[in-house]
Amino acid sequence: MSERILDIKNLEINFHTYAGDVKAIRDVSFHLDKGETLAIVGESGSGKSVTTKSLMGLLANNAEVVGGSIMYHDQDILKKSEKEMQSIRGKDIAMIFQDPMTSLDPTMKIGQQIAEPLIKHKKMEKKKAWAQALDILKLVGIVNPEKRINEYPHQFSGGMRQRIVIAIALVCYPEVLIADEPTTALDVTIQAQILDLMKELQSKIETSIIFITHDLGVVAGMADRVAVMYAGKIVEYGTVDEIFYNPQHPYTWGLLNSMPTLSSTLLEAIPGTPPDLLDPPKGDAFAARSAYAMKIDVEKQPPFFKVSDTHYAATWLLHPDAPKVTPPSEIVRRQKLFSQMNANKSVRA
Amino acid sequence: MSENKKKLLEVKHLKQYFNVGKSDLVKAVDDVSFDIYEGETFGLVGESGSGKTTTGRSIIHLYEPTDGEIIFDGQDINKLKTRSEKHEFRREMQMIFQDPYASLNPRMKVMDIVAEGIDIHHLAKDNAERSKMVEDLLEIVGLNKDHSSRYPHEFSGGQRQRIGIARALAVQPKFIIADEPISALDVSIQAQVVNLLKDLQREQGLTYLFIAHDLSMVKYISDRIGVMHYGKLLEVGTSDDVYTKPLHDYTASLISAVPVPDPEFERNRKQIVYDASQEVDEENKPRKMHEITPGHFVRCSEDEVAKYKKRAASYEN
Repeated sequence: MSERILDIKNLEINFHTYAGDVKAIRDVSFHLDKGETLAIVGESGSGKSVTTKSLMGLLANNAEVVGGSIMYHDQDILKKSEKEMQSIRGKDIAMIFQDPMTSLDPTMKIGQQIAEPLIKHKKMEKKKAWAQALDILKLVGIVNPEKRINEYPHQFSGGMRQRIVIAIALVCYPEVLIADEPTTALDVTIQAQILDLMKELQSKIETSIIFITHDLGVVAGMADRVAVMYAGKIVEYGTVDEIFYNPQHPYTWGLLNSMPTLSSTLLEAIPGTPPDLLDPPKGDAFAARSAYAMKIDVEKQPPFFKVSDTHYAATWLLHPDAPKVTPPSEIVRRQKLFSQMNANKSVRA
Repeated sequence: MSENKKKLLEVKHLKQYFNVGKSDLVKAVDDVSFDIYEGETFGLVGESGSGKTTTGRSIIHLYEPTDGEIIFDGQDINKLKTRSEKHEFRREMQMIFQDPYASLNPRMKVMDIVAEGIDIHHLAKDNAERSKMVEDLLEIVGLNKDHSSRYPHEFSGGQRQRIGIARALAVQPKFIIADEPISALDVSIQAQVVNLLKDLQREQGLTYLFIAHDLSMVKYISDRIGVMHYGKLLEVGTSDDVYTKPLHDYTASLISAVPVPDPEFERNRKQIVYDASQEVDEENKPRKMHEITPGHFVRCSEDEVAKYKKRAASYEN
């Protein structure tokens, strides 16, 4: 089908701590195709940020990749030296961080910060690099870029700073853009602008995006495909419609159920807290918080069950021998929409 | 419905300016008026810098207001003279803070954090009663009594916010200001804390001022909502009215920007961009709150009333 850019297989990452090894990433596999947006959803500690840091070779010193591979085209990123990573980072794989207040250098003019990757990676002359920096500033919608290119980060508002961070990330036209909660620190109106900008730029320069967030509303608007992470594992993945309208894993149900929509009258919280990954549970990590947990959930890790060609979920509920359960009413409502959508599609076809 | 209810808090023409008399005067809150009825939740929404947090802080008298009145339970809080009056006011109004990591003293045990108000207000006869009160409070907020001997760092964000809630409840307040109480928490935990606040309100008859930027959460928890922008209150109404029948352009633009966990909706979403230039020209067109439909107010000038009446009527069809 489309070209595969990244292929992550059986990734396992541990953090060495005084208390023992924290198993932050436990057997994670996913891939990224050209031009698509993959959203990774999960709460803090689920391992979504660690996963993407490993793609950039930016893991902390006490982290150890215990197993697996990260194939970028035909090369394994995990086998690269720091020097080799430096030529990939920022050029082929770029990253936008969460906090635009801290990810810019306060002592450098923004023009210089945008031109830096061009000078470093593309060996461009300073003049030419600044000219290109000016172009990308226009592209990300900075008003009066000729003047503002000579200003410092503190002279910009939060939303404008995030635009600059995006400009830096995109200036080399990277193949992969990793956006780690890029709009969490911003107001909703500014968030909407930044998301629109990212979509627009994606279609212009054909970047593939890995979008990390805990905001399902943002995911619904941005993603082509979604991977849901919990306690260091992917528990369900599929197209955005499959995850939002036909979710299968009780954790995905819980997440969708605990998000208020503008029309919801009752919120159902997920009880309890995520497990301690120093000693991860043997079975389904979500079992302790799930009303749908069965005996086998506590004893044995569920494998991925196929729902469709693009949709897989790791829950024993999908096992042929599992009892039929009725998901929460909000999920039933969504699943009804899903069958309607499919019916409409087949009518059209 | 609200006519026969008692007003617990009246904010009248509140102005909170900073750097008065200097060139960098900031009108953080500018002529804001609203009422909060007993037993309800009033939500205050707005972007960062809109003055919603400052409004909350002025109400609890962390700032000396520049102008205006704040009448709590029939008394103007700026005119509280004696120590005991002020003391009583501070017992009746409590606050829950945004950051559960910064708002608990790391060197105090949970027992002492929660009991601080009890001690100050002499609510417990002896040590045994004090411990009993704290343990009961911890139970109410969904922790258990063994937690009282631990330090804040031993808790997760959601648990810390529960400790903050227990501390606020310890002095049996009537009114609680919750300033972004859930924005530092994970999605799955946010709903827990919000549901806890709702349950407590039902059981103890509390009144809340709920300040947040997350509009869908505010809509969920609030009975009535006020929308703030650049220090001014632009619209007040029941949460259904404000969300489904927004009058002010700014409210409409804010609602249109809220991401909804529904891909089909998101694909068809049209964001409304707000043009703030209609806000200027205050001198020639003095604006104040006008009641357009019963209980639904919008800030506008006299000649704009007709426009908003028409807009309100258009929702009815």
